[in-house]
Amino acid sequence: MNKIVPVLTVLAVIVVVWYGAAIKMNSQWTYDQAARAGTEVTFGTLVTDTLAQERPKLPAPHQVVAELWDTTVAKKITSKRSLVFHGWITLSATLLGFGIGTLGGVALAVGIVHNKAMDLGVMPWAIASQTIPILAIAPMIIVVLNSMGISGLIPKAIIAAYLSFFPVVVGMVKGLRAPDQMQLDLMKTYNASGAETFWKLRLPSSMPYLFASLKVGVAAALVGTIVAELPSGATRGLGARLLSGSYYGQTIQIWSALFAAAALAAALVIVVGVFERVVLKKMGMAQ
Amino acid sequence: MKPLYVLLVLAVWLGLWWLNTRFAMRKSTQWVVPVLFGITLILLWEMVVRLFGVSPVILPAPSAIWARLVTSVPILWQDFVQTIFKGALSGYVIGCGAAVLTAVLIDRSPFLQRGLLPIGNFIAALPIVGIAPILVMWFGFDWQSKAAVVVVMVFFPVLVNTVAGLQATDSMQRDLMRTYSASYGQTLLKLRLPAAMPFVFNGLKIATTLALIGAIVAEFFGSPIKGMGFRISTEVGRLNLDMVWAEIAVAAVTGSAFYGLVSLIEKGVTFWHPSQRG
Repeated sequence: MNKIVPVLTVLAVIVVVWYGAAIKMNSQWTYDQAARAGTEVTFGTLVTDTLAQERPKLPAPHQVVAELWDTTVAKKITSKRSLVFHGWITLSATLLGFGIGTLGGVALAVGIVHNKAMDLGVMPWAIASQTIPILAIAPMIIVVLNSMGISGLIPKAIIAAYLSFFPVVVGMVKGLRAPDQMQLDLMKTYNASGAETFWKLRLPSSMPYLFASLKVGVAAALVGTIVAELPSGATRGLGARLLSGSYYGQTIQIWSALFAAAALAAALVIVVGVFERVVLKKMGMAQ
Repeated sequence: MKPLYVLLVLAVWLGLWWLNTRFAMRKSTQWVVPVLFGITLILLWEMVVRLFGVSPVILPAPSAIWARLVTSVPILWQDFVQTIFKGALSGYVIGCGAAVLTAVLIDRSPFLQRGLLPIGNFIAALPIVGIAPILVMWFGFDWQSKAAVVVVMVFFPVLVNTVAGLQATDSMQRDLMRTYSASYGQTLLKLRLPAAMPFVFNGLKIATTLALIGAIVAEFFGSPIKGMGFRISTEVGRLNLDMVWAEIAVAAVTGSAFYGLVSLIEKGVTFWHPSQRG
């Protein structure tokens, strides 16, 4: 509770600074127009004009909110100009990719924990892969799959899966190794088989680690999908909205797509967080 | 002939796998395993491409990529300077410097910390690369806009980690400084900043990857006719995939080297921390 006032204060400051910056950055255009028309610019007209331009350098917050309202609530969701439509395109690819990446990551982690050669061979590469800009291969995957006749949802999902894969592997390996020697010994005294140790000890104790990396993974998957929508000349999805906005100088469109992407990312992380709380509570690990 | 090739590829794979299992069993030869795994991957890749005649516009062979890499060093170097030195590195230094400074500044105000930290944590999870088109519009096509994207991308992870690090001293240590009659500045420089270093470096290491991603992806939105992101997006369009892979190889090696360098500096700075000892 003691966080709400400071957070709101900081947000208010951001909005004020934003308005100030919008007036400052858009004033050039206003002065140019006035000079062409041969009129003087008073402070009043400067403010009203800079906050209501059609293609401002920096759109004012209320313009972005108006555009968001216009493209989410006012438009039919089947319309090509509806952000809900584009958001759904992005979300579906993100979720599919995230699902594939998570399943693959968990499977590889199980293999790594149970096989010494895989552990020694794969793990250093999985860790090293976190330090390289994997996102750079996105355009290539899109184009290559396109030339093989696969387009639309699948290539984007593959990139999203690829990005969410490695955080899940690394986190899950850590989680499956979380039980200490004492607990493993206890399982041994119960004469538990490898499978029983896995299902009853390793898997439950890996859950906190899994959810921590799922949060990272789902955010990464969304970034992957958005970037994947850039190079293909795609016309659908939030990434395509960003790109077409930047081609045609539609700054308000870029900002509203950006806010939609931010809202989507926040919603995804929150949903994973809710799952985490419910699952951990059911398993008696709630903090 | 095709089934024979499949068998051949499988045989090589299983053979190397068996070899790796043998190496994994003895402590003295364990370092061989990851190397052999990498070699196996490249070998299988080369075999599959050659034996099955995979078209180079789908997947070029490692040998072809290497040949392209060696023959186009000047272009790769030019792109490297444009993207890494001018875009990523300058943005990284500015962004991380600004983040650490901001953390120190807001450190005295619990109010600002409580306000900024949740927002910083929230922003760190957002798809920040999306601001690239806006910053390209503001700062032009050249490296300045890429550096700006990198600044925004690295700022929040480093800020959040540094603020956490500045709180890492316990009251006993701060009380000791007080009994020495140390001023705020002395306490900051001699106790709290050194104690924060493991956290700061955690943020700095996360930021290395983000810096490269930001610099490369920002070039997809417009750049002068050089730069790694520019090269990747245009050569993909011309189906010169060997060149794309060469750029990716450079990016991968650079990313690992950058991360390794920061880890080395970390080792030197935080030699006292338990994670660095032994």
